Amino acid sequence: MGILIDENTRVVVQGITGREAASFTEWMLDYGTKVVAGVTPGKEGMKVHGVPVYNTVKAAVENHDANTSVVSVPPRFTKDAVMEAIDAGIELVSVFTERVPRSDVIEMIQFAKDHGARIIGPNSLGSIVPGKAKLAAIGGPTEETNKAYTPGPVAVLSRSGGMMTETCSLMSVNGIGQSVAINVGGDPIIGSMFHELLPLLEKDPETRAVVIYGEPGTVAEETLADYIKEHGFSKPVVAFIGGGFVDKMPGQRFGHAAVIVTGKKGSVEGKKEALRDAGVLVADYHSEIITLLKEVLKMK
Amino acid sequence: MRLYEYESKMLLEKYGIPLPKRILVKTPEEAAKAVEELGGKAVIKAQVLTGGRGKAGGIKIANSPEEAKKLTEEILKMKINDFPVVAVLVEELLNIDKELFLACTYDEVAKQRIMLISDAGGVDINEVVEKDPSRVYREWFNPFYGMMAFKAKKMADFLKLPKDADRALQSVIMRLYNLAVDYDTTLAEINPLVLTKDGKIVAADAHIEIEDDAMYRQQQRLEGMGIHDRPSTPREPTEFEKLAEENDMSDHRGVAGRAIDFGGSLGCIIGAGGGSLTTFDAILRYGGNPANYCEVGGNPPVKKVYGLAKLVLSKPGVKGLLVCHNVYSNSRVDLVARGVIKAMLDLGINPAEYPVVYRGAGAFEEDGYAILRKYGVRYYDRRLGMDQAAKLAVEMLKLIEEKEKEGKSLEEAQKEVAQYIKTEEFVKKVLGEEVAKKVLEGL
Amino acid sequence: MGVFVKVEVNPEKCKEAEKLVEICPVDIFAVKDGKVVVVEENEDECTFCNLCVQYCPEGVKYTKLY
Ligand SMILES: Nc1ncnc2c1ncn2[C@@H]1O[C@H](COP(=O)(O)OP(=O)(O)OP(=O)(O)O)[C@@H](O)[C@H]1O
Ligand code: SF4
Ligand SMILES: [Mg+2]
Repeated sequence: MGILIDENTRVVVQGITGREAASFTEWMLDYGTKVVAGVTPGKEGMKVHGVPVYNTVKAAVENHDANTSVVSVPPRFTKDAVMEAIDAGIELVSVFTERVPRSDVIEMIQFAKDHGARIIGPNSLGSIVPGKAKLAAIGGPTEETNKAYTPGPVAVLSRSGGMMTETCSLMSVNGIGQSVAINVGGDPIIGSMFHELLPLLEKDPETRAVVIYGEPGTVAEETLADYIKEHGFSKPVVAFIGGGFVDKMPGQRFGHAAVIVTGKKGSVEGKKEALRDAGVLVADYHSEIITLLKEVLKMK
Repeated sequence: MRLYEYESKMLLEKYGIPLPKRILVKTPEEAAKAVEELGGKAVIKAQVLTGGRGKAGGIKIANSPEEAKKLTEEILKMKINDFPVVAVLVEELLNIDKELFLACTYDEVAKQRIMLISDAGGVDINEVVEKDPSRVYREWFNPFYGMMAFKAKKMADFLKLPKDADRALQSVIMRLYNLAVDYDTTLAEINPLVLTKDGKIVAADAHIEIEDDAMYRQQQRLEGMGIHDRPSTPREPTEFEKLAEENDMSDHRGVAGRAIDFGGSLGCIIGAGGGSLTTFDAILRYGGNPANYCEVGGNPPVKKVYGLAKLVLSKPGVKGLLVCHNVYSNSRVDLVARGVIKAMLDLGINPAEYPVVYRGAGAFEEDGYAILRKYGVRYYDRRLGMDQAAKLAVEMLKLIEEKEKEGKSLEEAQKEVAQYIKTEEFVKKVLGEEVAKKVLEGL
Repeated sequence: MGVFVKVEVNPEKCKEAEKLVEICPVDIFAVKDGKVVVVEENEDECTFCNLCVQYCPEGVKYTKLY
């Protein structure tokens, strides 16, 4: 069993007739993911790369037993699309759309919480269990995906989609494969933060170590550190935070409230310190991720 | 988008939150007149898109129209945290008993709106609260229930104000929450919210930020109030940044911009969001002196990369170039290579004789490499880490500058270094035997 | 001619000029005096998507210049 998804996952793509969704649908199919249906209101009866299109998620679920959705609709329709999927019984929704207003995001997350569903994203390029299945655009076409992502023992969680592929590619070139790679999404408020995915990785027997790719802003990394301190985590965690120079940039001034809410400032140095303090191995340079992984996996 | 204090107060007014009398002015003469209208005494407040004005000297009390004129003249010339003062708000002087703090924002971890209230309002709120977090009360809001009267009651009760003031405070809390939801604010902060000596609650300052991604549904009514959309830049853009922005805006496909001027000698064409950050970080960590930051991503057309590369290459002070992109699925290696090479050719630069470290991998990499080979540019593929590419570039620049110190002209130095960096020796020196062997094999 | 790509079109063999203009995602074709022509300044934008050739195999050809 893969984490979140595997070769039996049955995917519906909401917004499948859009330019981007149509192309990543083709990539997903080619990679072996079961994309069983698409949804675009008003286009029922059409086919996209052989995938039947329906007006509603309900029809996609009833006719094809879909259990996972990838949402790629314009920002203003995203909240409703996500809630429609959850209402139809979808358990995992990966939101590709970016620039969704935060007040919409908190509503869809609340809705998911109330219905026991999980959201990845918004602004997530997707997730992949190498060799088994992938969601959304992660890795691009199969040929590119296979160059970057290979099966193996390390779970990768990243706030940046592009750098997740870069990180996994560097790992693969160095003979280190991935049990799963999840682009949690680049937005400040997302359905699944690092610490909320950790329990899945703890349980997964194939995962022997975890790589975190963080970025400046928000308290995602600090919250992960707090979580590890409080609940413990039995596998080694290696982290890299991109963009440390932003700390020194002028104009990074927040209101008083932002600082009071979190008690933290989201600075890269602060994040690194918090993570180190929780026993996480922090790489200062991106390629150091490999050195650290080789150590914890006892390779050489 | 951050609003000025006077704009924020227009919104508070719309929601019936009590405010001091105030007049917005743009000249010292207008300020003098405004103070007269307000009874001969008033507060002069710099209108600027940054906080901490009080501490920076942007808030002054004028005891006469003449004084107001003088103070306004000074304040209008100020820059606070690099931001220009665009106007002055002349405001009724409040008789302050207590300074309170009230704000509505998002809690990213709880994934809900949160409201904060404190009796430690004023310019030192953060210091006070850091020492004593119990001075703040927090209330979270389920978006489907929204504000409920009892929540406002609980929040106000934390401050134990006299009965009338407590009522007034509850009303301000509810109104501020409604404003935050209606206007998609990421922050709606009143600091200080003043309790006056005669028991009134008045918003003496306001700081509102509206989410950029929600502007599509806010812009129209903000325009209707005379509040115009503006880019959120930390400071005024330099000429280079302006041109880069224009180039990026010339076509909606992809990004080849977000340039930041750093004034150094290493030109950077780096991508995309996360990749740029990672590469740039490494440049600084290795002691490099970058000319610029930028982001290339989302598969921009050749002409946008070309435009950006041309700007970077012709930027005064630039002596060498780093092109470094993460393995991406949607931006094509060949299209980026076309843009960069074309810029060089157009500027009369022979790519084979120009010092450049080039790292690219991903879609259409074979085509990209073929182009670079044809023009004599040494390139690296995915085996070279992005930080390693940055290190090569930083060392390359050091070599150029050493040669210049030896008395060579910049062109001579560039030509010599351009050849040397293509040798195995250089890569070995910078990255060590083992790495050099691995990244160069088969190139 | 572009620096990296050369696109050639034979207007005699591609009669429906507008169609070709519509099909190319990067505006390499235009209509002039009722005939299809290549917009030289856009040639380097060619993505090799091949749509033009599929539409008019006899009359369009693109060549990599590297
Ligand atoms: N109308 C007024 N009457 C009396 N005092 C005032 C008035 N407006 C502001 N002040 C005083 O000046 C201080 C600073 O003003 P204000 O909060 O508007 O600016 P600021 O320094 O930019 O705030 P911040 O630190 O929140 O960015 C207030 O805490 C208050 O003591
Ligand atoms: S191959 Fe595609 S991009 Fe190139 S000219 Fe033909 S239609 Fe245009
Ligand atoms: Mg204030």
